[in-house]
Amino acid sequence: MKDNLSPKTILLDHGSGGLASQELISTLFLRHLGNKVLSALEDSAVIDNQPGRIAFTTDSYVVDPIFFPGGDIGTLAVHGTINDLAMRGARPLVLSLALILEEGLLLTDLERIIISIRDASNDSNVAIVTGDTKVVPRGKADKIFINTSGIGMVAEGVEISSSRALVGDKIILSGSMGDHGITIMTRRAGITLTGDLRSDSMALHTMVQRMLAGLPAGSIHTLRDPTRGGVATSLCEIAGSSGLMIEIEERRIPVRAEVRAACEILGLDPLYLANEGKCLALVAPDVADQALTLMQACPEGAEASIVGTVTSVGSGRVTLKTTIGGTRVITPLHGAPLPRIC
Amino acid sequence: MKYVDEFRDPELTAQLLHELTTATTRPFRAMEVCGTHTMAIFRSGLRGLLPPEIELISGPGCPVCVTSASHIDAFLQMAELPGTHLAVFGDLFRVPGSNGTTLAHVRAQGAKIDIVYSAMDGLELARQNPTEQVIFPGIGFETTTPGIGASILAARQQNIDNFMVFSTHKTMIPPLMALLGDPALGIDGLLCPGHVSSIIGAAAYQPLAEQYHLSCVVGVFEPTDILHALILMARQINEGRAEVENGYTRAVTWEGNARARAMVSTIFEPVDMEWRGLGTIEGSGLAIKEEYAQFDALSRLSITVPESKEPPGCLCGQILKGITTPPACPLFGSRCTPSSPIGPCMVSSEGTCRAYFTYGNYSEKNLGQNMI
Repeated sequence: MKDNLSPKTILLDHGSGGLASQELISTLFLRHLGNKVLSALEDSAVIDNQPGRIAFTTDSYVVDPIFFPGGDIGTLAVHGTINDLAMRGARPLVLSLALILEEGLLLTDLERIIISIRDASNDSNVAIVTGDTKVVPRGKADKIFINTSGIGMVAEGVEISSSRALVGDKIILSGSMGDHGITIMTRRAGITLTGDLRSDSMALHTMVQRMLAGLPAGSIHTLRDPTRGGVATSLCEIAGSSGLMIEIEERRIPVRAEVRAACEILGLDPLYLANEGKCLALVAPDVADQALTLMQACPEGAEASIVGTVTSVGSGRVTLKTTIGGTRVITPLHGAPLPRIC
Repeated sequence: MKYVDEFRDPELTAQLLHELTTATTRPFRAMEVCGTHTMAIFRSGLRGLLPPEIELISGPGCPVCVTSASHIDAFLQMAELPGTHLAVFGDLFRVPGSNGTTLAHVRAQGAKIDIVYSAMDGLELARQNPTEQVIFPGIGFETTTPGIGASILAARQQNIDNFMVFSTHKTMIPPLMALLGDPALGIDGLLCPGHVSSIIGAAAYQPLAEQYHLSCVVGVFEPTDILHALILMARQINEGRAEVENGYTRAVTWEGNARARAMVSTIFEPVDMEWRGLGTIEGSGLAIKEEYAQFDALSRLSITVPESKEPPGCLCGQILKGITTPPACPLFGSRCTPSSPIGPCMVSSEGTCRAYFTYGNYSEKNLGQNMI
């Protein structure tokens, strides 16, 4: 049986559903990810009834490169879906894991990703309870694509949504922005910069649960993780769906010096860069300081900062007060950020 | 961050703004030549802080914007030739040619196109893919030309014969001469491009200052730099002087970078060049010399540069000349947005329309509202 795995790469056979597939499942997936539910290898996972309402989300991960400082496609697949649940105030319960593998993917790379998924899942205390693997011919996918879906439970009284922001709300960003986006862009461009550029890939549900436990019921109005499109696009979406005007202050937005420097070189704006371990929290003004303290007490939110305010009801416009005291409008991202000529 | 924060210092900015307000004793109209000026003025929020007597208009210094539709069409042709692999600056990727097709479209159809940060990356691509013809569409002004020239020299030195440049390089002084000849422009001062000036030297603007009685001040792109340059300009205008002044002494000298210019003239020679919106301007471009023809895509490949057809209704030409502002264009913000640009001034991150759209509170639903 072991012979099926002796070539060092993924073969079409591994997705055939036959012996090679079973071998891959038992020697790789279950070895690292196995738990009572997953290891039963049933067609679907049955989860015990839980109190509260169900939050359900799905996301696909196609990042290139698949490995980068601060994480890999596996950590993103776990953290990203957990964070999507957390942004509705849900306590994440279980994840699914579906892999699309390109023929020829190195088994050592696959194992490295699976180990990352295991560690991220263990650290987050969210188990993977069902999964699927397909293999496509070389060139029909790029090394590995991952889809994870997640189920979480929303406790009674928790109502968090992009459309629930209110005038007066304070906007808290849980830490420095742009770390993930710039790490990926510089890797992709083959640009080596000195300094410690690292993805911020991180699960945020523990911090969110602490905020929910520590703040008066209903005082957290909106949570968003500013992934693709960055903080700018997320704020525009919140302003748009709540019909509110938002003002943020450039000098209060944490951006690491390395990220700023890389953005200056590449002609990018950190407001539009993806984050994978940050959230924007819009909270009632009277609890803002308390919320900030709660966030800063968690490693995920150690650098949290109040970056702005919901100023009034309006057309959904976001404005930025610049460092020098000027004002400009923030618009959502149009197309992918591209490096400039000059 | 060192060398950045000092030039965005709020207190220094406030002080310089005060100085500028004091120095501005009568209304004046200045053209910021470079696309990076336009973007920086919007992005820093400086536009709303300047004394109301100062009217800033954007000039022709965005390299992507002034690339003619016919050149974009030629780039598209090259991308579709069998065995070619284009290495391009990111801003070119979404610029539509005559019929609206972009390099992004032809890549989706299977053409090989990589976004690179410099021509040297293109050369590396050629080295790694010896069976392909790697072509670098050369765009830009005096700032980018030396780097691209260096890649041609390196290709010769390293015997890499599958690397080519399609030169549409342009020089800055001829179009300024052509624009300033139009009395409709009516400007008092020129905020001269900082990086171009580091190559051509501040002295290059002397003929403009003399011939058109213009205050020409070299300035770069941080808020305090721009304010410093505008203060110098305001003082000149008050005193009736029309001189060249250098507001960017940390990088620009009177003579410029003679070594870079010598390298450029080893490889390139002046040629008439078509500019988007401005037409063909005599001696305003750079072509690859005969002795470097093996690296010249135009002479090696069978490409025809078709006649330019500007998109109907697009006012990029007038905007590049500084005689119209983006909101006056009927397409601006409705049919022409950063997501689906029609004219190049909306595509390029340095483009005037893009700056107005991104930072000026224009969108489909609130077009016509005042900028802030």
